[in-house]
Amino acid sequence: MFDSLTGRLGEIFDGLKKRGALSETDVTEALREVRIALLEADVALPVVKDFIAGVRDRALGQEVLRSVTPGQMVIKIVHDHLVETLGGDPQDEKEIGKDSGVDLGGNPPVAVLVVGLQGSGKTTSCAKLANLIKKREKKKVLMASLDIYRPAAQQQLAILGQQSDTAVLPVVQDEQPAAIAKRAMETGRREGYDVIILDTAGRLHVDETMMAEAAAVKEVAHPVETLLVADAMTGQDAVTLADSFHQQVGLTGIVLTRVDGDARGGAALSMRAVTGKPIKLMGVGEKLDEMEPFQASRVAGRILGMGDVVGLVERAADVLDQEKAEKLARKMSKGEFSLEDMLDQFKQIRKMGDVKGLLGMLPGVGKIKQQLEGANIDNSMLAKQEAIILSMTLAERRNPKLLNGSRRRRIATGSGSTVQDVNRLLKQHRQMGTMMKKMGKMGRKGMMPGRGLPPELLSQMPPMKQGPFG
Amino acid sequence: MTEMLSEQKQSLGWLARMRKGLSRSSAKLTGGITDLFTKRKLDDDALEELEELLIRSDLGVTTATKLTQSLANSRFNQEVSSEEIRGALADDMATILEPVAQTISIYQAYKPHVILVCGVNGSGKTTTIAKMAGLFKHVGFKVVLAAGDTFRAAAVEQLQIWGERIDCPVISRPIGSDAAGLAYDALEKARAERADILLIDTAGRLQNKTDLMAELQKIVRVLKKVDENAPHDCLLVLDATVGQNAHNQVEVFREMVNVTGLAVTKLDGSAKGGVVVALAEKFDLPVHFIGVGESMEDMRAFDARAFARSLMGLEVGERGEK
Ligand SMILES: Nc1nc2c(ncn2[C@@H]2O[C@H](COP(=O)(O)OP(=O)(O)OP(=O)(O)O)[C@@H](O)[C@H]2O)c(=O)[nH]1
Ligand SMILES: Nc1nc2c(ncn2[C@@H]2O[C@H](COP(=O)(O)OP(=O)(O)OP(=O)(O)O)[C@@H](O)[C@H]2O)c(=O)[nH]1
Ligand SMILES: [Mg+2]
Ligand SMILES: [Mg+2]
Repeated sequence: MFDSLTGRLGEIFDGLKKRGALSETDVTEALREVRIALLEADVALPVVKDFIAGVRDRALGQEVLRSVTPGQMVIKIVHDHLVETLGGDPQDEKEIGKDSGVDLGGNPPVAVLVVGLQGSGKTTSCAKLANLIKKREKKKVLMASLDIYRPAAQQQLAILGQQSDTAVLPVVQDEQPAAIAKRAMETGRREGYDVIILDTAGRLHVDETMMAEAAAVKEVAHPVETLLVADAMTGQDAVTLADSFHQQVGLTGIVLTRVDGDARGGAALSMRAVTGKPIKLMGVGEKLDEMEPFQASRVAGRILGMGDVVGLVERAADVLDQEKAEKLARKMSKGEFSLEDMLDQFKQIRKMGDVKGLLGMLPGVGKIKQQLEGANIDNSMLAKQEAIILSMTLAERRNPKLLNGSRRRRIATGSGSTVQDVNRLLKQHRQMGTMMKKMGKMGRKGMMPGRGLPPELLSQMPPMKQGPFG
Repeated sequence: MTEMLSEQKQSLGWLARMRKGLSRSSAKLTGGITDLFTKRKLDDDALEELEELLIRSDLGVTTATKLTQSLANSRFNQEVSSEEIRGALADDMATILEPVAQTISIYQAYKPHVILVCGVNGSGKTTTIAKMAGLFKHVGFKVVLAAGDTFRAAAVEQLQIWGERIDCPVISRPIGSDAAGLAYDALEKARAERADILLIDTAGRLQNKTDLMAELQKIVRVLKKVDENAPHDCLLVLDATVGQNAHNQVEVFREMVNVTGLAVTKLDGSAKGGVVVALAEKFDLPVHFIGVGESMEDMRAFDARAFARSLMGLEVGERGEK
């Protein structure tokens, strides 16, 4: 089965090399696959239906551009529609990154109320948000825990406050949530805080008592933002839960957590569609600085199984030496690829973090991932391969032909591996070289980058995409 | 050897409670089916809608298609009632679930029987450990807890509070300590104290984080230094609201630490937990427990037929009521 929509549509359109406008049959057939892809990405069924109808209107009669296949054309239409539905105006996305992403207008202190299901990431998100507001808007933030139920919940927020150097309202024994909220607001006024973040206990949207409690807290605090914190791994229930929270408490926005996982994140689309409220922030790790403003194009690519291209670009941009990478790309397309270059690649991949995580971010990686299954790639394997190359002399790295039996034995001993390991690495290096020559000839055709992808990055992709591991 | 749970007298009406939870989820589902099948011919359109209804409860496209197909094979073009269709679907699901509905077996000879509990962040590991500990103590076992989440703020304190409530010793180290080292200590201590069961909590981790998965493997390796058969069980805790990512979770955790069973939490919400059907089909891993609330007593054994019938909004009936 295909991992990605690209794969699915490729299958349909492969035999069908016709050009011109997309016909009704083309579109219907393609949309059937789009439907399955969205469902597999956990987009809720009612949302899928609306979405498909929207895409159909847009796709029918569209001219297929010369340079792309009908499948790619459909993907582009789906992708654009998805970005729009997710609430991203591509123009707006440039603005992202300047402020905290939440609305803090009004007379201080303003309250931000954080609600959600049990374990969705509320408490952690509160502390992350406090961090973001302090850093980006230089505001004075007070946090308060209204979770009087879960063991050590209040202590958790207190510790996170210490870790992030954010004030946390002291706990008063047996105080009820609405009363805590009231005291937090009073303290905020008295002590000159700008923003009060209210963490609440996890609650089920079907639990009327608990939902009433949340509504009561809202009455007391009059928050400028009421944020639903929801897990990116959520399934079909996302529509129900987001809708119920919105109906019963009234939301202004959504925080999507665990975007650092490998879930396709269709819940984002479900929740956005059913509430009409924007997804404002996303959690991308457990640490307190791992929260970012929401980027629609990034999540859209993920939902479609096209890989988190933008995420990759960002992480890559942080660690890659741009000039070096471009030089390497040129060399590679000419088929000049030394062991030295391979070593560089390994280092950069390692710097970018988790290899498997990285693979998940690459476009069209579905098939490659399958090939890689069982290959058992991890950082320790990369480290081993690095050690082998490091045990070679510079001359050997530049000209692997020098490597006769005795040299290979020396290298194996030097790197704590076996001659077979050395041979395997050399074989991989040869394969990579061949592959790159081919890729160079192929040019950029056949790849579907996400929107806004800097073209120069494409040239960096082949070595990682094809990998030395195939 | 003691068969847990199956022997244990269930406190009153656990099925009623599960049904209450599940009926929330099945209300919409069956509402849909009822609309569809009050005196209706089971044709292609009807089948497609049926398939969609199954998808809507997180069964996933593959399993939903398969179940619908099997209905089509036996009843295509027949006039069918909603009741019949629901019954047939529930039967098919129960057939898939039956083999995985297995309670956990505790071997007293191990002294202690080590249960390592793992899963993604926030799935309900710590709470499930507390519930298990309460149950095990209740039936007379000597239980020790290990606060193996040395990462998350107040994770240790959370387990300690549960420990006090249940009156179970909790072995811990300060935040930031090596989790494997703690696990090692805990096993030695539990052994010295001749405990029957050692439950080890671990930090939540997403399965795509190689370094965190390696850390979990290290815990297993270190436990084996004390007892080569430990951990005797490795429980993966899944949140019922999860969608298709549950497949990845089971696959990777199983590969990394040899998961022996599942616990499915938060079934008291409106999430359908339908992915369990797909998981049962694909991985054949026993489902030892389900969580239906946040308190100690909110844990149940997994009953295939009851689960399937409740999911379809049908009366569970006497057979389910053990
Ligand atoms: N990987 C990852 N983990 C996260 C993220 N956000 C939160 N977590 C983790 O998820 C788990 C639960 O987070 P909490 O903040 O305690 O969740 P909560 O919603 O407050 O939970 P309750 O108060 O029990 O309902 C913890 O292990 C967090 O470290 C995220 O964006 N990525
Ligand atoms: N409604 C409901 N809530 C549950 C259930 N099981 C756990 N919870 C709640 O879910 C939240 C997370 O539970 P924890 O036990 O802290 O989860 P965890 O997996 O240990 O979380 P981390 O250690 O942060 O990864 C808490 O608020 C629990 O009270 C359940 O069966 N039903
Ligand atoms: Mg919390
Ligand atoms: Mg925990």
